[in-house]
Order: sequence, then C-alpha cells, then structure tokens
Amino acid sequence: MKAEGTQVRDAGTAEACLPAGSIGLIFDLSVADHRGYRFPTLDVPAVEGEQELPKSLLRDRSPRLPEVTELEVVRHYTALSVLNHHVEKSLYPLGSCTMKYNPKINGELAQQPAAAFLHPDAPEGALQGLLAMLWHFERHLATIVGMEAVSLHPAAGAQGEMLGMKLFRAYHQQKGNQKREVLLPDSAHGTNPASVVLSGFTPRQIPSGPDGRIDLAALAEAIGETTAGIMITNPNTLGLFEHGIGEIAERIHAVDGLVYMDGANLNALMGLALPGQMGVDVIHLNLHKTFATPHGGGGPGAGPVGVSAALEPFLPVPLVARDGERFRIVTDRPHSIGRLHPYYGNVGVMLCAYAYVRSLGAEGLREASRAALINANYLMHKVDCAFPVAKRGACMHEFVSAAAWTRSHEVRNIDVAKRILDYGFHAPTVSFPLIVPDALMIEPTETETRRSLDLFAEALQAIAVEVREQPDVVRGAPHGTCIGRLDEAAAARRLRVRWNPPGEVDD
Amino acid sequence: MEIPDGLRYTKEHEWVRQEGAELVIGITDYAQEQLSDIVYVELPEEGAELVQDEPFGSVEAVKAVSDLCAPVSGVVESVNEALADDPGLINRSPYEEGWMVRARPSEAGELQELLSADQYGQLLAELEGEQG
Amino acid sequence: MSYVGHTREEGAAMLAEIGVASFDDLLAQIPERFRLTGLLALPPALSETELRRLFAEHLSHNYDPAQTPSFLGGGIYDHAIPAAVDGLSSRAEFSTAYTPYQAEVAQGTLAAIFEFQTMICELTGMDVANASMYDGASAAAEAVLLARAANKGTRVLLPETVHPRTRGVVATYLDGTDCRVELIPERDGRLDGAALAQALEGGDRVAALIVQQPNFYGCLEALDALPETLRAGTPRGPHLIVSADPLSLGLLAPPALFGAQTVVGDLQPLGIPPQGGGPTGGYFATRQAWIRRLPGRLVAEARDAAGRRGFTLTLQTREQHIRRDKATSNICTNSALLMLRATIYLALVGPQGLREVAGQCLARGRYARRRLGEISGVTAVHGGPWFREFVLRLPQSAEQVVARVLDEAGILAGIPLARFDPARERELLVAVTEKRSCAEIDALVAALSAVLAGAPRGNGRTGERKAGG
Repeated sequence: MKAEGTQVRDAGTAEACLPAGSIGLIFDLSVADHRGYRFPTLDVPAVEGEQELPKSLLRDRSPRLPEVTELEVVRHYTALSVLNHHVEKSLYPLGSCTMKYNPKINGELAQQPAAAFLHPDAPEGALQGLLAMLWHFERHLATIVGMEAVSLHPAAGAQGEMLGMKLFRAYHQQKGNQKREVLLPDSAHGTNPASVVLSGFTPRQIPSGPDGRIDLAALAEAIGETTAGIMITNPNTLGLFEHGIGEIAERIHAVDGLVYMDGANLNALMGLALPGQMGVDVIHLNLHKTFATPHGGGGPGAGPVGVSAALEPFLPVPLVARDGERFRIVTDRPHSIGRLHPYYGNVGVMLCAYAYVRSLGAEGLREASRAALINANYLMHKVDCAFPVAKRGACMHEFVSAAAWTRSHEVRNIDVAKRILDYGFHAPTVSFPLIVPDALMIEPTETETRRSLDLFAEALQAIAVEVREQPDVVRGAPHGTCIGRLDEAAAARRLRVRWNPPGEVDD
Repeated sequence: MEIPDGLRYTKEHEWVRQEGAELVIGITDYAQEQLSDIVYVELPEEGAELVQDEPFGSVEAVKAVSDLCAPVSGVVESVNEALADDPGLINRSPYEEGWMVRARPSEAGELQELLSADQYGQLLAELEGEQG
Repeated sequence: MSYVGHTREEGAAMLAEIGVASFDDLLAQIPERFRLTGLLALPPALSETELRRLFAEHLSHNYDPAQTPSFLGGGIYDHAIPAAVDGLSSRAEFSTAYTPYQAEVAQGTLAAIFEFQTMICELTGMDVANASMYDGASAAAEAVLLARAANKGTRVLLPETVHPRTRGVVATYLDGTDCRVELIPERDGRLDGAALAQALEGGDRVAALIVQQPNFYGCLEALDALPETLRAGTPRGPHLIVSADPLSLGLLAPPALFGAQTVVGDLQPLGIPPQGGGPTGGYFATRQAWIRRLPGRLVAEARDAAGRRGFTLTLQTREQHIRRDKATSNICTNSALLMLRATIYLALVGPQGLREVAGQCLARGRYARRRLGEISGVTAVHGGPWFREFVLRLPQSAEQVVARVLDEAGILAGIPLARFDPARERELLVAVTEKRSCAEIDALVAALSAVLAGAPRGNGRTGERKAGG
C-alpha cells in the first residue's frame, strides 16, 4: 500500500531550475502589487512616517515579503497542509508525545471570539469569567495529580521543568542548604539535563537497571549532602512505572532533597494513581499531550506545574485567588520566584484543556488512561514478533521495541521508520530512549480502535518480512511520500535557512 | 577499519602523527564511521593552547556531536582550513586530508604514553565485543 | 465522553487475547499504596451542549470583546486578523501534527517554517531566524543566554523602558547563572544615554543590552545614537539585543542596521488573537556567526535523491535531545501554529500592507493623542518620536477612570501604569491600532471628558457583568 500521494505545486517560474515535484514556496508566487488583504479606510488625518519620525529610524527599502492575492495564499497553504501527516489522517504512534485525538468542541470553545479576544490587562472586574475558569482549572489539575497547588504559567513542558528547578533553588536558598547536584536517570528526556544546567545545578546521571528502571543501589550511592533533588519521568520513557519511587523519594527527602516528576507520561495515570502520594514535590503536566490540546506542529503547548505545600509560596506571580464569588489577580507574594510568563501562561491552550477535563469528568479521565494502557499492551503484544520489545512484562501507556536485529540485513531503525510512512502511518519515536539500541518508541493512545492497532501491527509485521526478503525496499524508503528521503548532511554542510530572490541564491 | 602503524592513538579516538617538531592531530577511521556524515568542525584559533585531555573543539554530524579532547598539551600552529568548506574530508580521508590541527608540543613525554596502533586495535576489538 | 477507541467489553477481549486476565494485572507494577481506589473529586462529565452552556455562562462574566472598543496595549494589541489566517491555520493538517521529525510527511509545516524564517530575516535584517519561542519575553531571555555564551559577559543591562514583565522574565531566567541584571534609568520615556555610557565604561564585562523598540511607553529609542561599542558588533563585545514589534518593522528600519546581534519580539501583532495573554509566540533572529548557538528548531532547504527541493530540521546537535546538558537551550517547543499564523498574515498583507498598517497606527495614534490632550487636565507625558502607544497623565487615579469609562461607555481606555509602578498612579498607557475608527476615538474622548468632569453615570454597559446581564 502506498501512502496517499499528494500533488505538490509545480515550481513557479521564479525557481524554474527546480525539478518538478519540488516543494513550492509562497515567494515563488509573488507578483508586484498583488494584495491579499485590505485595511480599513483611513478616517483620520493622514500623516507620513517621514514627517513624524526621524529618517534615521525609518526603513529605506521594503522587506521582500511576497505580494499575492488572498486566493493564492489560500491555495498555497491548503496545498502545503495536505503534505503533513496528522492525527486526523491515521495513527500517529510517536512515543512520549501522546498523539491522541483532539476533540473538536474543545478548540471551538477556546477559540470563540468572546474568549480569544480578551485582553489580559483589562480591569479585573471585566475578566471575572476568565479568572474563574483559570481558578477552577488550576484546582482540577491539582486534584488530578494530587498536589497542593498548581501554577499555570509554563508555556511548555520544558519551561515547566525550568520552573521546577527554580523552585528547587528557592527552597534550598530559603533553608540555607548548600545543594549542587540534580540526579537524572539515563533514560531521561533531553530537556531534563538541559533544564538542570540552565538553572545552575549540575546533572548527575543514574544508570538504569536491567529491568529498565532506576538502579536503586546506584542511586543510593549517588545521594549525598549536595543532592538538590532528582528528576524522574514516571512512567519512564520505556513505558514502565518506576515502582521504587516511594523509596527513592524517602531517600531524597532524607538529605532534604526534592523530587521532580516529569509528567510527560501522565496519560498512563489519570484516575489510577496520584503522583502527590508518591512523595513528589514538583510535577509538570503537558496539556498538549495528556489533555488533548492540538500539538500545532510542535507548539504552542502548555506545561502547568503542580507543587507540594512546602513549595507553594515560591510559585511565580501572578496567581488567581478566590474571595467568595470574586476572583482576584494576586501579585504580592514575597517568596515568589517572580515572573516566568508575561501574563498567566498559555490561556488559550488552558481553556481548551479545561473543556477536555470538564467533558470527561473523573470517570472519563480514568477511562482514558485505562484504555491507553490496554491499547499499548495489546499493540506491544502484536508487534513483539516483528520488533522485539526491549523490556519484558506489562507496559503502561507506551513501549519500546528494538530494531537492532535488522542491522544484520544492513537496515537501520531509521529505515524501518521511513518504511512505516509508506504504509500510511506516522513513524514511532526513533533512537530514544538512548539506553535501548535502535529503539522504536511506540505510544498508540486510548483514542485508537482495535482495528487501527491491528492495521499498524500488520504493517510492522510486513516490514519485518521486507527487511529479510527485500532490504533494498526498506533502505530506500519512503517511496510513496511527496518527496524522497532528504540529504540532511548535505543540507547541514551547505546551509540555506532562508529563501533568496533569484539571482541572490548563491550569495 | 584502518589503523595506520606509526601513529599514536587515544581512547577518545584521536590520532597523533609526529612530523618533525610538530604533531598533527585528527580523529580515527572508527570515530568518523561512528559519527557518520560530518557536517561541521569547530577548531581552535592559531596560537591557542592545548591542554592534555581538555576539549579543544568539536566535530558535528547530523544527529551526533563529539568534543575533541587534546591528546597532548601544546600550542596550535595551524588548523586545516579546508575542513570549513568540506568537512566530509574527515569521512573520506581521516588520516590524511582530514587532519585537524598542527601543534607544537609542550610536554615531552605525553606522546609516548598514548596508545600504539596495536593497543588501539585491541581497544576497538573490546568495544565491538561489548556491542555485539 | 472520553473518546476512547474501544468499549469495556472490547477492552476485556483485547486483554484476553494477549493473555492478560484482568486490567488490574496491568497495574501490578504500581505499588498498591499509590493506586487510587475511589474517583477523583471532579465535577460530573458534560455533553457538548452542557459544555457550551458552561462556557457561555463563564464568558458572560467578562467584557464582550466584540462590543468593546479597546485601547489596551502594553504588549498585546487589537490588530485586525484576516479571516484567511483563521481558516488556514485551523486546518487539522497543521494543528494536529507534531514537530516535523519525519520530514517526508511534514513538508507542509517545514515549508511554512522556512517561509517564516525568511520573512523574519527580511523584517529584521538578520541572517537567520528560528521558529521556536514561546513569547517575546522568553525570546529576550534566550537572547541574553546566547550573548552570555558568546562573550562570557556577566552583566545584563536592562533599561527601565523595557516592558517590566519582560524584565521580570529575563531576571527569572538568569537566576542561578553568573549573570546579573543592571537597570538603566529612563529619561523622558527613553533610556538614559548618559547612564548607559557610564554602565558600559566600568565594571565587569557586559553580556548584553536589551532595547525594546518601540519601548514600553510607545516611544522610539534612538537606536542610531547608541554607543559605538554596542553598534560595532565585535566578537567578544557586548551584544545589542533589540526587542522589536514585528508590525512596526513595516515602517521602521531593520534593527540589524544598528548593530543588533540578536533581534527578538512577540508575534502577537501578526494575526494572533490576544487569548488572555497567551499563547502569542516569539521570534528570534540572529547573525550567521551565532547560528550554532541558536536556541530551538531551525529548518533548512534540502534535496532528495531526485534533486527535488524539500525542507528539513537542521543543526539538531545544538538541541537538548542530542546535546542534553550542553544544549544551547532547554526549549523543545516549535511554535509552529503561531508562526504559521504570522506567516499567513505577512503573506496576505505583503510589504505594502505592512507599511500601511504601521502607517495607520501612526495616524490614528496621533489623532487620538491630540484629541485626548485637548481634554482639560489631560496631558501627554513624553515628547519625541513615538509609534502607536502613548502615556497620558490624568488629573485623578487612572485605575478608577478606566473602570468608569468601561462602566459608562463600554470602552477600554488603556492600562493604568500604577500596576507596574505605584508612583505612576495617574498615568494611563493608551494604544491605538488600525482597528480604532475615528468614531471610536471620538467616543473615548467624550467618555473620558465626561468621567473627568464628574458627569452623572450614563445608562451604559457595566464592566462587571452579572450572570445573564
């Protein structure tokens, strides 16, 4: 089966040297004086920039933006859009990314003009409805993770991690602790060590044991007086629950360290277990993963952070507080780490997630996590014969298969991933976590049906046969996409990171 | 896998070749193969000081990056300017055209303490064993 | 409704097929003491109809943006958003995709990012732009981190004319590093050049100066008169970081001309609704020299085996998923959907449209400031060149005046500056975009006059709307 072929635009005359089938750019369509939008007629006295502003601050040459009609713009971006794989097309089993269905109603409610056009600096009294929704949403998230309080500010999971590390600092500073190190398992997301360093701590890597979980003996050895805390992803990036988390938290707390839980994989736990009961002091959630807000091609997301009571005084400002029926914006918090976001975080994303939480309710959230576990275990079982699972036993919401065996056929895991595209699915996460050689990390999510999982498993089984019988087909994949595999090395060596007008191409 | 005799090697997969009073430094065939297509090399300026085991630059591939650790201490005399335009030279000719820096050593004994071709070959055999 | 793909019975059958006796067996790896036996304490599940009702009820307690002319700015502006921006960016092909890791099935997002990078380079005059920033404030903080890594400076000069919240975010980002923030005082609404020169002369090495253009008060900073050390752009010299409103760059000179090493800003004016302050998206553009220190995602042109042009993520070794603790930034986001909106906006308006909209802000702003300044007791605070926003001094508390103008005339008059500085109790920040008609400006003038004159309350709408009201 070939992926649905899509006609890409013919290259325009401006780039006539490009072979047919090249991806077109809006600049190729530009014609002098074409316009795609009309602004209101000026009904106040006109002024010229040259009269009002110093000439030295004015532009003397127009930016070379495209000049195109509205229809051309619409056609161009419609044509580009269909070149994307997306959740509404077919399975998108990108591990650790939770590519679940994004219910239409949530986006519609969050984007309606009465919500989307609210200015955050309007008087408090004129924003009572918005503040109420934020306040309720914050409480709901605190309930779902079992934490004392939640900050909605972080614009993404990585910013949530950074906030977590700032909270670590604030806590230790207040207590006069001399802390330097933050412990991380070797299966951690790359954002974890980066966030640790960004906040002035030193990361220290803890090896995973043979079962894919943190090696408790190695951890015990690493913990010392300078340990500021630990960052744990739970379930971890192998899709396994870190069942030692209670003991880990006790050991960390024994040296007055703190436990940060990367909640990227919370989709496995909703209504089934509470991080707040596991000794977690800080946790971030990804609304674009667990709470079904659209991933947007990589953003915007939101990464709210839940904290224990001890850390609540340090949360960033402003916070929304409730006095009876009235909601207030609170900025006067003496121990706060300050500002992380100019306003209240990604409110547009929160409203979408708020609608999700309200439409599912407690039972629906539990049902979602339950089904995520069933789908992942079912698919793991079906895929195992083709690409053996890295760690035996039940998984949580995702699992990691290894494609190492294909090396003897001179096929790499990236080739397998590219071949999956030909079967009409998105590829799994490739080569992560780092501790599994040639990893394929697969997360089907709860919104897939059994039929959809079966089709994907059949595709992997067929590819495994191809690897043995027709390795060239796999190595040369993809064959059915709008463009073939791109030469990334050549692109990086001779970097072109912007379009140039014809004639300036090689400047 | 090419491991020319007469060169000295490090556990970090660099090689050193003595040419008169100068030492030429690069990365081994094994290193370039592990990294795969090299797209960029960050090298020190002429006159920069090398300190044994300290990073002096980095080599970048599409999905991997590796620090270059100084095999010996010394002062950089010149760097291979050709790598700026064609970093693929390292992939194609790791021991000749893909050399990286030329340095004047400052600690006499360091070179002799590095691995011989045989010893480096043994190290690679052990690494292969671990992976296999 | 939980949108799950199978019924309980199907789920049980799937488990049976893989040899799992019951769902609880899957939970065996979670110690029993951590398992939740009861239900989460959340309100009951809602159908779509009930959910609509809930949102309608909540939203009725806000002002109605469609009926309320707004002169609010301070970083978030009420600019026109072409219908095609919504129509195209809301396509599921764009909105439900993720980061374009598999280039062959992500050419839509990748090509749009490449267009965006080009447009931002054209507006700012810089060599390279990413598509990753959360907002303008965090983009400014990332620019400081780049400067610090490039020149090893430890002092960051922040004029008081930079938005106080941007200053706050930068300070939070720098906590835990060896960098400290030094305030450069304001003088008649602009950064004090003499104080800046002094700060540059003595003390430890300066990592960067951030200049906001137009600044927090709407005034234009004299980018052309900054000290030579900032304009020279020497490799280890202090970095000039300009935080520029991208819409203003339809009229204003690209900051690259003034020696900026990095130009950042918020994308909100380019087709992105206010959304209660976020998400707005940021942009980040820098010099070729710093391309390997760029935070976030970057897209490059590439060719397939047949020579066809496509696009791919590039220089990924800078990023956290490869370089981990040595990454240039911890950012993983790629603000694709916001960047897409800005790209479509810029494609629709084109160079002439961008110049026109900036020019309209200029004209409408001037009309508004002149008319408002005619009201007895009301004066414009700053002289010199300005763009779309200005500060008025009122004869009484701006917070109270704003509340009354909203209450009595249904107009949002501006942002009281006392929220940022208690000493500015009577000052009001007023923004005028191309959407504010002459009639709306006149209505603001009338409402403000009436409120200040102590006229009796009219029968207007109320800022604090009651349920059903």
